[in-house]
Amino acid sequence: MSLGPYASFIVTSYAAAAIVVALLIGWVVLDYRNQTRRLRELDRSGITRRSGRSAVDTP
Amino acid sequence: MTLIDLANPSRFLALSARVLPWLAAATVILLTIGLYQSATAPDDYQQGATVKIMFIHVPNAWLSMFVWGVMSVASLGTLVWRHPLADVAAKSAAPIGAAFTFLALLTGSLWGRPMWGTYWEWDARLTSVLILFLMYLGLMALWRAVEDPSRAARAAAVLTLVGAINLPIIKFSVDWWNTLHQPASVMRMGGSTLDKSFLIPLLVMAVAFTLLFVTLHLAAMRNEILRRRVRSLQMMQASQKAA
Repeated sequence: MSLGPYASFIVTSYAAAAIVVALLIGWVVLDYRNQTRRLRELDRSGITRRSGRSAVDTP
Repeated sequence: MTLIDLANPSRFLALSARVLPWLAAATVILLTIGLYQSATAPDDYQQGATVKIMFIHVPNAWLSMFVWGVMSVASLGTLVWRHPLADVAAKSAAPIGAAFTFLALLTGSLWGRPMWGTYWEWDARLTSVLILFLMYLGLMALWRAVEDPSRAARAAAVLTLVGAINLPIIKFSVDWWNTLHQPASVMRMGGSTLDKSFLIPLLVMAVAFTLLFVTLHLAAMRNEILRRRVRSLQMMQASQKAA
């Protein structure tokens, strides 16, 4: 596959898309870990939801 | 299963946990197929190999508007129907929409330099998309500035609906004004002007990026529900300590 004289523009476009998508996935995964960790800490300190269910009871 | 059933955050969490792995798998498969088709697509007789940039630029440009459309519907859900997950949906979509808009601007600029001889031109299409990007950033700043989620939700919903005026301006800017940006070539009266060798990879990539958005959006909505659960439990903890 030859990308011709403008290969750097094409490669930069695809690399930028890959980086931004990776950042979005990383943001979602790290945020999920952060929230579940905080819920576990609250559960350990004896705080439960009004329904009586554990703070970490997350499907 | 109706929207009312999904109004329960716990039920939404359970359903989304079942759907997410399938959505993620479908996204990966379609992105792989789309990237293969993009790599093997022939060069355009005018653009040469730079036509490959279109396979990521166009889906991101479509999604930049689609995500704002989703946020607008969610904003109606907040203001009119007071659906409990509407503002969760709107808030979670904003960073993803901002990322897609950024990519549309960046890849468009990288295509413009070799094809138009400039990275940027203040024409109606480019400027209206830049305004859309700034509106995404403004909305995210508003969500962060107001601590109470329900107050932030109403303000953000009004701003989102006002900002939706920009969507038809972006779409029809190439028809209403004399722009450097080319007119619509896929979604137009009379059908697409693209050859199948370009149209098929473009549509596959568009569906793949749309699935990527749905997957990320559902995951981000789950995170937002958990964040609000953490907030309410922390407030409960604080009131217990104060008592």
